[in-house]
Amino acid sequence: MLEIPALLNNLETELKRTIAERRLVNPLMIGIRTGGVWIAEVMHQRLAMTEPLGLLDISFYRDDFSQIGMHPNVKPSHLPTNMEGRDIILIDDVFYTGRTIRAALNEIFDYGRPRQVIFAALIERDGKQIPITPDCVGTRITLDAGQRIKLTGPAPLSIVIETCGK
Amino acid sequence: MTHNIQLNSEGKLKHFLTIEGLDKALLTGILDTAASFVNPSDGQIKKVPLLRGKTIVNLFFENSTRTRTTFELAAKRLSADVLNMNIATSATSKGESLLDTIRNLEAMFVDMFVVRHAMSGAAHFIAQQTAPHISVINAGDGQHAHPTQAMLDMFTIRQHKADFSKLRVAIIGDILHSRVARSEIHALNTLGAAEVRVIAPKTLLPAKVETLGVTVSHNLTEGLQDIDVIMMLRLQKERMTSALLPGESEYFKCFGLTEEKLKIAKPDAIVMHPGPINRGVEIDSKVADGKQSVILQQVSNGIAVRMAIMAMAMQHNGASA
Repeated sequence: MLEIPALLNNLETELKRTIAERRLVNPLMIGIRTGGVWIAEVMHQRLAMTEPLGLLDISFYRDDFSQIGMHPNVKPSHLPTNMEGRDIILIDDVFYTGRTIRAALNEIFDYGRPRQVIFAALIERDGKQIPITPDCVGTRITLDAGQRIKLTGPAPLSIVIETCGK
Repeated sequence: MTHNIQLNSEGKLKHFLTIEGLDKALLTGILDTAASFVNPSDGQIKKVPLLRGKTIVNLFFENSTRTRTTFELAAKRLSADVLNMNIATSATSKGESLLDTIRNLEAMFVDMFVVRHAMSGAAHFIAQQTAPHISVINAGDGQHAHPTQAMLDMFTIRQHKADFSKLRVAIIGDILHSRVARSEIHALNTLGAAEVRVIAPKTLLPAKVETLGVTVSHNLTEGLQDIDVIMMLRLQKERMTSALLPGESEYFKCFGLTEEKLKIAKPDAIVMHPGPINRGVEIDSKVADGKQSVILQQVSNGIAVRMAIMAMAMQHNGASA
């Protein structure tokens, strides 16, 4: 049921519509490491964007540091030094609790005050915990509480649903 | 000692007291984390909210400008609150014991002590005595260790030389009194350097220095051959309790790094110094300010490396403490 090409097509269509509706000017696209970057690379190409893709690693902005500590393999974010007044398209692979996007927005705002930010996720699953919702999605799904969905890639991209709890 | 006080039950860093007992993976993890704090496009270090709400106390029983300042900047870049305790003007000079000072600071809900002390083992002692949720970082203890200096030097080396296993490193000068030298030797050996060579007069070498895993030379001209990394040490005049040397100018003649001597090492060798430098005593100004010198890069790198160590030592809180 979850076919990557179809989801990417849906997301592209939604992004184009939202960019027009919200009248984004010279938007900067940013992918959230790791899966979000893979999706952003595809969208960056399909929307023929000229400015290089921004890469965001939100590990230092997570709200669970005191519970689970440092994430291994943190990489530096690659963002333009000034995002003051920019229109931004933020991209992630899976939208779940919303906490990643909260962290991403905090980091982006440390670089300046963007004019507007839209957020696109390939897959939105149920279980959000804070009042943030994607503007564009490839699909919305409902999973059991113990299930986990993740994207593997970058080539080929595929979706894995794991059942946790032993 | 089977239990390493520096690690928690999951093998993660809790205190950072010495390089000894830490494995290559952990040291490499520190270097990688430090690198992730540096913006690759402009080399700047951005403030991150990792340690927001945490309180870090710089407990300096011995003077230091560079180390204390970069620890303070590192803590601030991690969004922690920082207290600088100048012990010379504080309660210990009124007769309060070290442990009482520690207990009082614990009562102020401190999360980390950064300790510099003239006595070897001071940071280790505080780590043993302090409340279990508190981390202790050694910022230099007597002649024992200065592990964050060693890590920032490893970070600086890695910026210039990709592969430790191919490196021949010379440490030159007052090895006997140098906590920096001890930590550098342990770090380089753990990271797999091809050779660590100490070059010093016999009077400035500890007995049985070879057991630390180094080769020894008493002649700078011979010792600099094939060297990739030159680490100069400061001639520690304030630690010289007896006449170990004929004089400063004599020392410079034999062991001072000049442009001429530098040519003996490999042409792309880098020159390091933990500071503060004694120009004209252990190093010539032309070398200290020359294009092979990375001395000021070492200072800059101190911030990112100390951020990495503080953040990694702090993650034990909650995880298992």
